[in-house]
Amino acid sequence: MTEWIEACGAGDVDEEDVIRFDHEGRVYAIYRSPEDRYFATDGLCTHEQISLADGLVMDDIIECPKHNGRFNYKTGEAKGAPVCVNLRTYPVRVEGGMVFIEV
Amino acid sequence: MSQHYVIVGAGEAGARAAVALREQGFAGDVTLVGGETHLPYERPPLSKEGMLAELFAAKTIATAERLAEAGIAFRGGFAVTRIDRESKRLEGVDGRAIGYDKLLLATGAAPRRLPGVEGARVVYLRTIEDALLLREALVTGRHLAVIGGGFIGLELAASARLRGADVTLIEALPRLLSRGVPEAMARQIEARHVAGGVTLVFGDGIAAIASGPDSAVVTLASGRRIEADLVLVGIGAVPNVALAEAAGLAVENGIAVDRHLATGDADIFAAGDCCSFPLQIYGGRRVRLESWRNAQDQGNLAALNMLGAGEAVSSVPWFWSDQYELTLQIAGLSDEGIRTVRRDLGDGASILFHLANDGRLVAASGLGVGNAVARDIRLAEMLIGKSARPDVAALGDAGVKLKELLAAA
Ligand SMILES: Cc1cc2nc3c(=O)[nH]c(=O)nc-3n(C[C@H](O)[C@H](O)[C@H](O)COP(=O)(O)OP(=O)(O)OC[C@H]3O[C@@H](n4cnc5c(N)ncnc54)[C@H](O)[C@@H]3O)c2cc1C
Ligand code: FES
Repeated sequence: MTEWIEACGAGDVDEEDVIRFDHEGRVYAIYRSPEDRYFATDGLCTHEQISLADGLVMDDIIECPKHNGRFNYKTGEAKGAPVCVNLRTYPVRVEGGMVFIEV
Repeated sequence: MSQHYVIVGAGEAGARAAVALREQGFAGDVTLVGGETHLPYERPPLSKEGMLAELFAAKTIATAERLAEAGIAFRGGFAVTRIDRESKRLEGVDGRAIGYDKLLLATGAAPRRLPGVEGARVVYLRTIEDALLLREALVTGRHLAVIGGGFIGLELAASARLRGADVTLIEALPRLLSRGVPEAMARQIEARHVAGGVTLVFGDGIAAIASGPDSAVVTLASGRRIEADLVLVGIGAVPNVALAEAAGLAVENGIAVDRHLATGDADIFAAGDCCSFPLQIYGGRRVRLESWRNAQDQGNLAALNMLGAGEAVSSVPWFWSDQYELTLQIAGLSDEGIRTVRRDLGDGASILFHLANDGRLVAASGLGVGNAVARDIRLAEMLIGKSARPDVAALGDAGVKLKELLAAA
């Protein structure tokens, strides 16, 4: 069973940036792309349990703040060492100025 | 006939290079020769998480399945004793030998030894075995003496305190981390260790260490005596160059390679902690780095160049260290700078930007809790890579996004 939950306000995330969202003991990362679209992934790196929201977003890529592991946040794909396990992604919907993710 | 590429040293650089050869589509044979019996593993956790975790588990860089899947032959426990460049053969003990068409030396570095000091209670930290021995000794009530206020000694001192052991750290100079870390940040780290309960001794040398079966006594130049259950020596590392040297390859504080990581022998490359290379961004200054990311980057680059890509080293040095809740990150080499600009990120986190006399950003040092400095250090690294000359006032103003400075550079 999935449900849509409200993660943040659309304006809470800067363009080409990311914020952290915690829900029921799970950490998510909410992204706003340079072309002003929203995406969501698991919030912790797959190398070590590090919050990706402290990392740098450049184009389609989120870079982990700890050892610079890189993922495509739109697809979750791990882009090479030291990360080799993909990130899980979640569907996103923006409505009434709020960002919802389906978990 | 199929080409055979051989990598000596199955550490960060070697393992990375082996995988990268396959990623680049190399169809010949790849053999990864490791002097250690373990599968390739990460060293940074050995002084950090590995010390603190309930149970020790090595962090493997490439599992046996992954290596097999990629068609990489892993020969663990094979210490190469000689390179025969004429016949292109590697020799090991017991008459074992491996032929190669191209060779990568990724032999890493070894802890610098304290001359004349031997004994069961004097240890170094580089391998899983070293870490396991230390873990066992670092428990409440035990006393660890650390010789050297460098990264390994400090990280281990922090881990030891977090495990409840008492720690005395002896540094010959008047401050910690005198190589590569700005004094202001070293003082901040010092204060954290004092708050953590580490006894720090500065400006004193080691006169003698007497090691018995269960404990050791360190006698300092001043005459002070420190009794400890275990003594960790962390006074730097020396590159493993013996193989290369005996084979007649040039050695200059590491196996000397050119900007393509090639040695004087067109079929032999070197990468990682074992080699010195010219750093383009600083006008070709020859350096040797002991850094995890450098080992990865050079492993990748060496693989490319073994396949003939002819690409030059372009990355900016980058290093991190974790102590207690603090993380230090440094991009670039700070000794290239002549002045610094400070950016205050709040909550005790700050970045020092190091500028050359022509205004070029040459390095950035950041210290803060968790990953507070990570993003800005990463952006600074890109600015350094572009030889940018950012506005000094903007650098010092945390309200100005470094991303904007990068876009303008
Ligand atoms: C405790 C510890 C903590 C660290 N923490 C950090 C950190 O926080 N941040 C950071 O940036 N860096 C850190 N480093 C440094 C980082 O781990 C090294 O830079 C990196 O491991 C270098 O990789 P390498 O492949 O060049 O060498 P190594 O990892 O040393 O691997 C070399 C391998 O070659 C093998 N070898 C040598 N000679 C032979 C031979 N003749 N035949 C066969 N095999 C041989 C060795 O046994 C070894 O396994 C740390 C290092 C240590 C020891
Ligand atoms: S924790 Fe993310 S790359 Fe290591």
